[in-house]
Amino acid sequence: MKGVEIAVVGGGPAGLSAAGSALQAGAEVLLIDDGQHLGGQLVKQTHKFFGSKEQYASTRGIEIGRILEKGLEGYSNLEVWLNSSVVGYYPDGVLTVLKGEKLLKVKSTKLLVATGAAEKMLAFANNDLPGVYGAGAVQTLMNLYGVLPGRRALMIGAGNIGLIVSYQLLQAGVEVAAVVDALPRVGGYWVHAAKLRRTGVPILTSHTILRAEGKEWVEGAMICPVDGQFRPIEGKEQRIEVDLICLAVGLSPLSELLWQAGCEMKYIPPLGGYVALRDRDMETMVQGVYVAGDSAGVEEASTAMVEGRIAGLAAAVSLGHRIKDAVGLKEELWEELEMLRRGPVGEKVREGVKRALI
Amino acid sequence: MRITQHPILTFERGGKVSFTFDGRRLEGYEGEPIAAALHDAGVKVLRRSMKLGRPRGFFCAVGKCSSCLMMVDGRPNVRVCMEPLREGVRVETQRGKGALVERG
Repeated sequence: MKGVEIAVVGGGPAGLSAAGSALQAGAEVLLIDDGQHLGGQLVKQTHKFFGSKEQYASTRGIEIGRILEKGLEGYSNLEVWLNSSVVGYYPDGVLTVLKGEKLLKVKSTKLLVATGAAEKMLAFANNDLPGVYGAGAVQTLMNLYGVLPGRRALMIGAGNIGLIVSYQLLQAGVEVAAVVDALPRVGGYWVHAAKLRRTGVPILTSHTILRAEGKEWVEGAMICPVDGQFRPIEGKEQRIEVDLICLAVGLSPLSELLWQAGCEMKYIPPLGGYVALRDRDMETMVQGVYVAGDSAGVEEASTAMVEGRIAGLAAAVSLGHRIKDAVGLKEELWEELEMLRRGPVGEKVREGVKRALI
Repeated sequence: MRITQHPILTFERGGKVSFTFDGRRLEGYEGEPIAAALHDAGVKVLRRSMKLGRPRGFFCAVGKCSSCLMMVDGRPNVRVCMEPLREGVRVETQRGKGALVERG
């Protein structure tokens, strides 16, 4: 059985940052990811990021992934396993990992969960038809593999993901028929909405999708305005011709490993669902199990990177590795987090994080 | 359909390989997920649901949703959104749960 000081599960922004700060502190790290490449969902983020310089503002997500990955080069205390799914965590600290087709065991002193999030589904008739996609899947197809997901799209959700992916659909040459959102106002940043509106795409607030139409795949969608209680207004249904329905209705944390580890979990809607309670080291109620990024609560890649650095640093320090002014560094990182969560947009997240901290 | 022109991106693709889907010969790029090559060829239905036989397509692209399970070289329940395309693979629509296969 392989032994390692810190096993980091997930090679996205949180996991890469966690591995980076743990390696810098001198800890031995095994970074495990179920994909073919590191970077997680950054590999398909073609838009430029906001925030401060420390979180690579005005750099495209794809570039950030490469920068983080490059930062891990040259460390002899790092091992990376790609195409590897962690399928179990046992009370004695043993992880079972399906690496390709081999089931391997890993004994790690510290476990750092950075597994990210999965897209939420929306209930409507025929939502299982081929042609209904998660927004992330559409991004993957277009931006990573260069394959068109369809010719004419309906986007469900006017949050940041819905707005950004709509714009990316246009860039790839797909027509966007409309963006609908049940809420009476656009949830995403104004700048993303404005960019989309300038291209003439209608953003229909207080609208919902009633059903997807088609037999073997999507051939259209029935949309309808809703009243103040989100009830469809009868007689106002409208059919639109689309072959692609894209769902951008939120994400929920991928927390299976945290449940298995016995972490104390709490349902916190502003963070996307069940999350593990944790302290300011990002350590959960199970000693030695850390969490960072979307699996700790759905936010942005920028906050995921900072949480990752906190968790990686804390795990390394608790193993006895020495780093100059670790306490001061941790406080700086928390200040960065607070700055990223500032303003009205971060209000819900701030409230959620407060409830998740112990 | 492939994206040929993009304002930001260029696509690094592997060499062309051929494979079969339900006996039909198709082409794709080595190393891309099988689902991407199928999508390019216009294949939208990847499997049938177990009870009602409803069509299932590509949904999450990250190996989480089980919508794209197919038979690959006789092996059932392969997530084709993650499985890299190789020369000569045999991809088939899966009906039901699939059966475990003995390896020779």
